[in-house]
Amino acid sequence: MTDELPLRLSRDLEEAFPDVVAAYQQAVFTTALRMSGRPEDAADAASEAFLRAYSALRDYPPERIGQLQLRPWLLTIVLNLVRNEARAASRRPAQVGLDGAGHAEAREGPEEQAQRHDGQARLGCLLTELPDTQRTAVVLRHVVGLPYAELAAVLGCPEGTAKSHVARGLRRLRTMIPEEAR
Amino acid sequence: MIIEDELAALTAPAPAGFADSVYARWVEVDGPVGPLYVAFTDRGISYVCPTSWMDDDRDRFLDSFRTRFGRPLRPAVKAPAGLAGAIRSGRGSGLTYDLRSVGDFDRAVLAKTLEIPPGEVRPYAWIAREIGHPAAVRAAGSALGRNPVPILIPCHRVVRSDGATGNYGFGPQLKIDLLHAEQVNLDETRALGRRGVHYLASDTTGIFCYPSCTHARRITPAHRVELANLTAATAGGYRPCRHCRPA
Repeated sequence: MTDELPLRLSRDLEEAFPDVVAAYQQAVFTTALRMSGRPEDAADAASEAFLRAYSALRDYPPERIGQLQLRPWLLTIVLNLVRNEARAASRRPAQVGLDGAGHAEAREGPEEQAQRHDGQARLGCLLTELPDTQRTAVVLRHVVGLPYAELAAVLGCPEGTAKSHVARGLRRLRTMIPEEAR
Repeated sequence: MIIEDELAALTAPAPAGFADSVYARWVEVDGPVGPLYVAFTDRGISYVCPTSWMDDDRDRFLDSFRTRFGRPLRPAVKAPAGLAGAIRSGRGSGLTYDLRSVGDFDRAVLAKTLEIPPGEVRPYAWIAREIGHPAAVRAAGSALGRNPVPILIPCHRVVRSDGATGNYGFGPQLKIDLLHAEQVNLDETRALGRRGVHYLASDTTGIFCYPSCTHARRITPAHRVELANLTAATAGGYRPCRHCRPA
């Protein structure tokens, strides 16, 4: 069904766009969530990604829309938004309450945070510790479930390179998980 | 558990109501002087346009919204809560607005405009002074011209200091019609302006007001004093009204 979406979008953007949101909202939100590690920002980044996509589609000629690979295209948009947000946030001073509340949490790194959580939350924190390309590769391949061809399109590299980014990311993740939790 | 399975379990469904953070919704409702198109998001009302301004062409409205806001728009099942009441009473201050597309200065202008009660008008200079930028009269006018939610945020109640109604995003005639519908006595405002009268005072209370202020309208003719400017008000020993804040 999603195979026909680019063609339908090229014919009637307004009619088909709701189906694009329905088909890809989970992939886009999951990517934002697992790349940023912050649920409160992930929903904003995901809706902003669909708005950027919508504006772009309004400007694209129908032939271009018809040939789009929608999923890697949408995921590229949301990845850029999350990256830009992280860059902007690193330039902003950390927001700390006047009473100093939130200090401890703000100071500890992802690994310390991971110590306090179990299972899923721990793995989610560890993911944000990976170098950017490896994290992107692991999240898109193993969390979102993207095929290697689409992952290579997002990373802008050959499929073989995409595979090795995933493999290296996984290896690194295994070394980060404490012995007793494995 | 192997790590690949743990990773696969990290997929997360988008939060409930996610689609509504992407789409705006629209309705057509009766306005004070003809029907209106109203668009709103999950954060509040974001766009209002008289249907006549779009030649009653719904597709033109939809396209103008999508171009201006870069947001898809779908029909709403029902209008935002309180909309009909706010239109009936002319008081839009109880509604929530989505003004994410509006800059800080414009937002201050719009918030101030929301305070002007139905049936009264204020000069552009009043807005500029009240938001702490007394020299930015022209900028305040431009901000009102960009008001994405006219009628609900009543930019039609902001007029020129000389009593002329001034410009309006949907043409000057609609501004006049809206003010007439609220029983603003434009003939009197203009006549006073022509005579150089900018304030009305009461010699019993010792208070001066803008002519359209609800308190100015209660002054009986025998006690009504016409003032040209603030110097005359000060010289006469009058203090500014706390409701319309002419100074």
